Amino acid sequence: MATLQLIGFGSTGWGALLLLGALMTLCVTAVALAIGAVFGAIVASAKLSGNLILKTLGNVYTTVFRGVPELLIIYLIYFGGSSAITSIGKSFGYEGFLGMPSFAAGALAVGIISGAYQAEVFRGAYLAVSKGELEAASAIGMHGALRFRRIIMPQVLRFAIPGMGNVWQLSLKDSALISVTGLAELMRTSQVAAGSTRQYFLFFVVGGALYLILTSLSDRVFNGAERRANRSMPSAMGQA
Amino acid sequence: MDFAFLAQTMLTLLEALPTTLALFFLSIAIGGVLAILIVWMRVGGNPVFTAIAKGYIFVFRGSPLLIQMFLIFYGLAQFGFIRYGPLWPLLREPFVCAVLSLALCTAGYTAEIFRGGIRAVSPREIEAARSVGMSGFLLMRRVLAPIAFRHALPAYSTEIVLMMKSTALASLVTVWEVTGVAQRLISHTYRTMEVFLCAAAIYLILNFIILQALGLLEYHLSRHRRAVPAALKA
Repeated sequence: MATLQLIGFGSTGWGALLLLGALMTLCVTAVALAIGAVFGAIVASAKLSGNLILKTLGNVYTTVFRGVPELLIIYLIYFGGSSAITSIGKSFGYEGFLGMPSFAAGALAVGIISGAYQAEVFRGAYLAVSKGELEAASAIGMHGALRFRRIIMPQVLRFAIPGMGNVWQLSLKDSALISVTGLAELMRTSQVAAGSTRQYFLFFVVGGALYLILTSLSDRVFNGAERRANRSMPSAMGQA
Repeated sequence: MDFAFLAQTMLTLLEALPTTLALFFLSIAIGGVLAILIVWMRVGGNPVFTAIAKGYIFVFRGSPLLIQMFLIFYGLAQFGFIRYGPLWPLLREPFVCAVLSLALCTAGYTAEIFRGGIRAVSPREIEAARSVGMSGFLLMRRVLAPIAFRHALPAYSTEIVLMMKSTALASLVTVWEVTGVAQRLISHTYRTMEVFLCAAAIYLILNFIILQALGLLEYHLSRHRRAVPAALKA
């Protein structure tokens, strides 16, 4: 019974805090994914552009952020951001250390990482748009923005859903690393609960189970989105 | 730029490289063997084994590696039968815990990659092998495994690079690999950015080497797919 009390919602239970941590994990992952979508779109268009310099820059971005451990990127952004803020504070006459908010640092770090993966997802999705449709759009006089909005964008979004599902799962698990900056997300909350009750096994199992719930629920959401996005496609294409 | 400091940092970090590489190779090797066992259970046809394998893959792919590592490092010590059991001298070592959790985690991902490779083997190739009298282990060794491995190699390369990056997490359970030593250096020197950037460079170079090596292996294994030089034709 003591176990149930510990993870329950009573005055001595950690249930509410753990759920709050799970919510924080979802929030920080969602913000990170949005940041990553911006970075990803920019990098993908750089890589797809014919310009050699832009292409190289895009390749450097994806190589670096997929090749360096996530933990190091989080450290670099958290401490780098903090020292930047501290030096800005100094120029305004504030003495002492100013920390970067851990939510912002974490979301930015995970976002930059997911941007590298999203760039590849977007690039692949763009390449999957049939050349014939682009030609047809040009043939009836669509140009630039209109062609992008009506022909490219809807299809890229549809082709990108499975890849985005993978990136979301990756980011959800990467977000556990933000706990090193002290953000009270699911990992950090489980750690604090485990440490203060000395019930390490229990709280890490409960925390892990909550992550499993999050990942399997989001799997369903992405499957649903995929079905919905493909609802007009013939089922013979294996996308029923 | 303080090049003397950067060089000194690089040298100190490189001293931790053997630990990082040991974590990496041990967990890849153990994880690979475990993955083969899981795939065997997953595709074997026995419903109980299949369910166990599916559950394993779900749990280890669905939760963050960090929580698995903490569960093993902090959680196992809570049980008397482990604490006073025969394996305790091993399990109380942070390095062993790190390797164990890295291997258990990668086994889940690797099993799915290998399963994809096996599914890509054409049934006709298996039929052909059977028709010349191959079966069981010989069939697996000569036909199934090589073709499946070749199909799985690109995805497996990605997993191997992910593993190299994951070894950085071992620093959080007090293993002094590259990231851990970088943190220790920072606590002495307070030069965060320089030290972390040096560490990042080491990982980038390692991953570059790994990808090159795997690319070579892939090239080597796909000899049959490359065009035959004109001089050799007919």
